[in-house]
Amino acid sequence: MATATIERLIGKSIKRREDPRFITGRGTYVDDVKLPGTTHAVFVRSPHAHARIKKIDTTAAAKHPGVVAIFTGKDMTGVNSLPCGWLLPDLKVPPHMPLASDAARYVGDPVAVVIAETEDAALDAADKVKVTWDVLPAVSATDKADARTSAQIHEVAPSNVAFKWQIGDAGAVDTAFRNAARVVKKKIVNQRLVANPMEPRACLARYDAATGDLTLWVTSQNPHVHRLLMAAFVLGIPEQKVRVIAPDVGGAFGSKIFLYNEETICSWATRQIKRPVRWTSTRREAFQTDAHGRDHVTEAEMGFAADGKIVGLRVKTIANMGAYLSTFAPAVPTYLYATLLNGVYTIPAIHAHVTGVFTNTTPVDAYRGAGRPEAAYLLERMIEAGAAALKMDTVEIRRKNFIPKFDNGFQTQVALNYDSGNYAAAFDKLLRMLDYRKARSDQEAARKQGRFLGIGFSTYIEACSIAPSKVVGSLGAQAGLYESGKVRVHPTGGVTVYTGSHSHGQGHETTFSQLVADELGIPMEQIEIVHGDTGAIPFGMGTYGSRSASVGGTALLMSLNKIKEKGKKIAAHLLEASPGDIEYANGQFQVKGFPGKAVPFGQVALTAYVPHKYPEGLEPGLEETSFYDPSNFCFPFGAHACVVEVDRDTGQVKVLRYLAVDDVGNVMNPMIVDGMVHGGIAQGVGQALLEGAVYDKDGQLVTGSLMDYCMPRADNLPVLKVDMTKTASPSNPLGIKGCGEAGAIAAPVAVINAITDAIGSEDLAMPATAQTVWQALQKANNRREAA
Amino acid sequence: MYAFTQHRPATVRQAASLLAKQEEAKLLAGGHTLIPTMKLRLAGPKHLIDLSKVEGLTGIEMRGRSLIVGAMTPHVEVQTSPVVKENFPALAELAGKIGDPAVRHRGTIGGSIANNDPNADYPAAALGLGATIITNKRRIPADEFFKGLFETALEPDEIITKVQFPKVNKAAYVKFPNPASRYALVGVFVSKRGSEIRVAVTGAGANGVFRVSAFEQALKKRFGVKSLEGLSVPADGMASDIHGSAEYRAHLIGVLARRAVAAAG
Repeated sequence: MATATIERLIGKSIKRREDPRFITGRGTYVDDVKLPGTTHAVFVRSPHAHARIKKIDTTAAAKHPGVVAIFTGKDMTGVNSLPCGWLLPDLKVPPHMPLASDAARYVGDPVAVVIAETEDAALDAADKVKVTWDVLPAVSATDKADARTSAQIHEVAPSNVAFKWQIGDAGAVDTAFRNAARVVKKKIVNQRLVANPMEPRACLARYDAATGDLTLWVTSQNPHVHRLLMAAFVLGIPEQKVRVIAPDVGGAFGSKIFLYNEETICSWATRQIKRPVRWTSTRREAFQTDAHGRDHVTEAEMGFAADGKIVGLRVKTIANMGAYLSTFAPAVPTYLYATLLNGVYTIPAIHAHVTGVFTNTTPVDAYRGAGRPEAAYLLERMIEAGAAALKMDTVEIRRKNFIPKFDNGFQTQVALNYDSGNYAAAFDKLLRMLDYRKARSDQEAARKQGRFLGIGFSTYIEACSIAPSKVVGSLGAQAGLYESGKVRVHPTGGVTVYTGSHSHGQGHETTFSQLVADELGIPMEQIEIVHGDTGAIPFGMGTYGSRSASVGGTALLMSLNKIKEKGKKIAAHLLEASPGDIEYANGQFQVKGFPGKAVPFGQVALTAYVPHKYPEGLEPGLEETSFYDPSNFCFPFGAHACVVEVDRDTGQVKVLRYLAVDDVGNVMNPMIVDGMVHGGIAQGVGQALLEGAVYDKDGQLVTGSLMDYCMPRADNLPVLKVDMTKTASPSNPLGIKGCGEAGAIAAPVAVINAITDAIGSEDLAMPATAQTVWQALQKANNRREAA
Repeated sequence: MYAFTQHRPATVRQAASLLAKQEEAKLLAGGHTLIPTMKLRLAGPKHLIDLSKVEGLTGIEMRGRSLIVGAMTPHVEVQTSPVVKENFPALAELAGKIGDPAVRHRGTIGGSIANNDPNADYPAAALGLGATIITNKRRIPADEFFKGLFETALEPDEIITKVQFPKVNKAAYVKFPNPASRYALVGVFVSKRGSEIRVAVTGAGANGVFRVSAFEQALKKRFGVKSLEGLSVPADGMASDIHGSAEYRAHLIGVLARRAVAAAG
């Protein structure tokens, strides 16, 4: 019997199993699913940011050839508001109907749907729907949404305030500031971003009149959450009659977590017309209707002792919610943001106050990093300001403030209890990679030639592996945040894994296979990963918040352990030994100390399904399901550095070097982790230099296409140098912390700090376009001339 | 996209007669502006007259001291043509900076010039080199061709067949791309042909491509970067949008003109 040790796959850069299908164009995305008799939905959307609907006349449109049905909000009787899944105390939750029938509250707000035999017919007919509008005053700016405006967006929310929320100890901060050597103050804007996954949102809804079953294919990061919210909360359909399938999904970055109007309407409409209904977003619709990200305006103050130690932090943030509360919107600028304001530093006193406001803009919700990039950006800008005020080196001031190394628990001032951390180690490694001294002397030499180089740093911490259900429940989440994992061993030893996590770029088919292969000692080729289908998987919470490996992976690990335990009983019976004497190694069950006395995994599997010689009282079959609810968040951390050159004549910024040291705990597949970090950095550089959703004062989205909204491209980035430190998380048995959002959190502020270092300016708005930097240069010049 | 009828004439004469005859007809000469506009339903021509099968509209050759480029010549051919590279390196370089490879393989010089997008590159080359736009009816000097935003001297049934560039002593094009669209936020084309100096600017003008006579006068005295020192373009008359204010665009014209003169040598 073979006893050769099987090579472990965890920790190896195994090439992604799913990629051949993607790169040869053979993935199955929602738009690739074809059903006979499918109709096409086109939405009539508001061209106004805020307008009362006086009348919708569909007469002419209904006569257009090929039109099957036209519905307005008034037709959707018995349908409830799209729910908000995270409630804060005193949160104002206005109704958010799938089709607005009283008023439209942002450009793109759908008011009618035209369903036709072809998309062209639907488009032509949609042109003929006549909406009579009564245009109302609109407001789009975050810091102008309150009482100073004449726009009143929702009756339930006077002055357009959705919530006021706070955390920390205001009195302690007051005291700390009184005793501080310096208190620096800054207005910090974290601009609005559009996620722009490569695949736009899409859905296909099919009602089977014979069985009463509804199947919805939808671009979703969490098909069970979609099913629960849509079926139970909005449409009132029993969940067992609804199957939600999120097949291959081409990127999401948070924007596909949420329940949107379009899939809800198509699911409702297919039941009316008894034919499948399809909708695929155009890029223009994506800009207008995919939940946007970030959009904070903040006044921050940080107090320092004379030696550079931080003594306190006071934060007042206005967070733009957009026109309605998207599914998890209230959590993002509160529990995912303000609880991270302790960063990786010892800050003895913190207080944060957050006001959420409604505006006549696209709803804002979680976008890669969700709250944590905002916290990191704020802290790292403030610490730079402190360094400038105290005339300290930017490296020194950080070193002085790091929380010292700890292995199991650090209580912050803002509710969280960090799992494990060694922040100085990651920073020191980064400095070595950068060769900080040389970088500074290069900078000086370049300066003598009239070239403006700048060096910027950032450190960050994030709360990942979202999350312990009890904790988030007490904070207002209307959902549990565990994960499920089912392992089905087939009679001939093949394995199908059903995970509640959802891969939309993360590579789960590879990483989860690595985990299963290692645990069961079988080749990856024998393993299939199934995800994204409520008809196949156990109830799952899906993928966001860097949670799949740590939470979803642990659920799988639990099922694998159950499989092994049951297998031991079967093997013991076959080997005529006691189950306690059986161990599992290298793909076989063996008597401890006697590797020759063994039965292979496949034989045990077969025995489980052909239980002729079988332990008394043991159930046949070899299939186990587990639900894992983590004990704590995980807290990945890291330090990034960026070197830029600023063209002094044009303000153009070129990123010359970008280096990162991330600590994401234990790593399943380094290549995949590097890929995620690379992508995150690209997004972060995008936020720093290129991206920004702009509304005009009337609430028109000026950056409504890729011609005006600039996404980062390969030539915007240098070769990235990424490395890791590894501090295992004690929060889950795999020791994983999570890596999905790290780059997007750390990169924006590293880039901005580098630019301000280059041009000697303290204030710089994102995106730091050439014009923005040139204007800052002009200001700095004027200041110098005046001085 | 709205429904339309596509025509594929074989000769310029057929194309012109279709253009005159059919109401709401548009020429398709690469389509990199027209097709996206149609897809967004912002344009809905009833007839598209596809010039891709018309004889004699492509090709690059030197005729005497002039370069002749067929109107349907795609950007990639201008970019890679040994004839252009040898005689008009600035023009080859400009063509290589238009859009991306997909655009450069489909977009054509005639299409670009006829469209006269205020941020396009070719109008700067045509004006900056003193080109002659040759149509099925006449020869139009570049100085008289570009009339404003997306407006040209072309008559409704007139079709560009060739663009003729006179050989110059020196030329260079410096482009500051809009980071999103990669069109020119500002682009400056300078050339020197004997005593004739041209400084043509695209991207910046509120009214499309234009020449900067103050710069030209200064460079006429001496073609060198120093001649431009202290000279600037007023922000008045510049375009202003989220990508660049009038002041910034005006400032960039000065910077890019100096760089172009330096590059032209």
